[in-house]
Amino acid sequence: MALDRCADDPRAFIEGAAPTHPSLIDTEHVLCELYHIVNVPTMLWIDEQGRICRPHDAQYGTDTFTQFHGKRSGPYLDMLRAWVRDGEGSLAAEAVRRLQPLPTADSQLARCEWALAWHLHKQGRGEASERHFERASQLAPKDWTIRRGSMPIRGQNPFGPEFFELAGEGVPEYALEAITPTRDEGDRSGP
Amino acid sequence: MATAFTLVEEGRSFDIQADVSGSEVRIDPTVVEQLLGWALKPEGLCRGDVCVAVRDRDALVVGGGIDLAALATVLGRPLALEAGEGVAAIGTASADQSARLASLEAPDFTLPDLEGKLHSLSEHRGKKVLLIAYASW
Repeated sequence: MALDRCADDPRAFIEGAAPTHPSLIDTEHVLCELYHIVNVPTMLWIDEQGRICRPHDAQYGTDTFTQFHGKRSGPYLDMLRAWVRDGEGSLAAEAVRRLQPLPTADSQLARCEWALAWHLHKQGRGEASERHFERASQLAPKDWTIRRGSMPIRGQNPFGPEFFELAGEGVPEYALEAITPTRDEGDRSGP
Repeated sequence: MATAFTLVEEGRSFDIQADVSGSEVRIDPTVVEQLLGWALKPEGLCRGDVCVAVRDRDALVVGGGIDLAALATVLGRPLALEAGEGVAAIGTASADQSARLASLEAPDFTLPDLEGKLHSLSEHRGKKVLLIAYASW
């Protein structure tokens, strides 16, 4: 699921990968609202009964950015294969509940402010839009789907100085990231 | 006087009529019921078998219309408003969203692929699903 402004943003990635599974576009951040997703990548495991059996985690399918985040893809891909093959790696319901992030009144209001800002932007109401993007950022300072995700909309470079300033405040982390064994001990401090 | 107004909810936008005065927005009760499912009754705001008590009815119902901010307060839902531009976004209460997640049932959604074809999570019931959120940013 690509959390992007339009289908053209992730088009090259999707066409390049030519996946056999559904690869969808979420311009309105529906998924962020439903699952309380606060950064990308975020992955969840859902079992055959439609239940979340391993909650939010931020892992990678390649080692392209390992130097930045300190995580290796190999151990995670091994975990995935073991889950698909043998069901290993699923967590008990109590553990899923303990490890899943939950929204707060402020984070829910931030999503409303983001939705309003995005709508205003699409209507060409730049000034009003900017006010609400700013309000959303203030309400949810650790939500990068709001802060970094709005950078391309607001004319900022999500890989430029604004991003590194944001990263300096600390990268949002899910509880499961501290447990999933994809970091070498020496890399655990991360960026 | 009623003017064009847009209410954004769960990623969809609805064009309705509303009375807008300063930062106050009032919507016809029948529109509120059609859009959000909540009907104004003597016992309060009701949706199906569930009714929410309205302590300050005069704040909720003004001049025959339902005040949008008061409605959000009664329902405990977050509201972002830009009355001057005729737009508001109403969200889900954090308690409701937390309860939904704590049930562990993966919330269903329907989203388009590159060609615009719609896909729903529920179509994959019976298989393991790896859900990945990513972005070009």
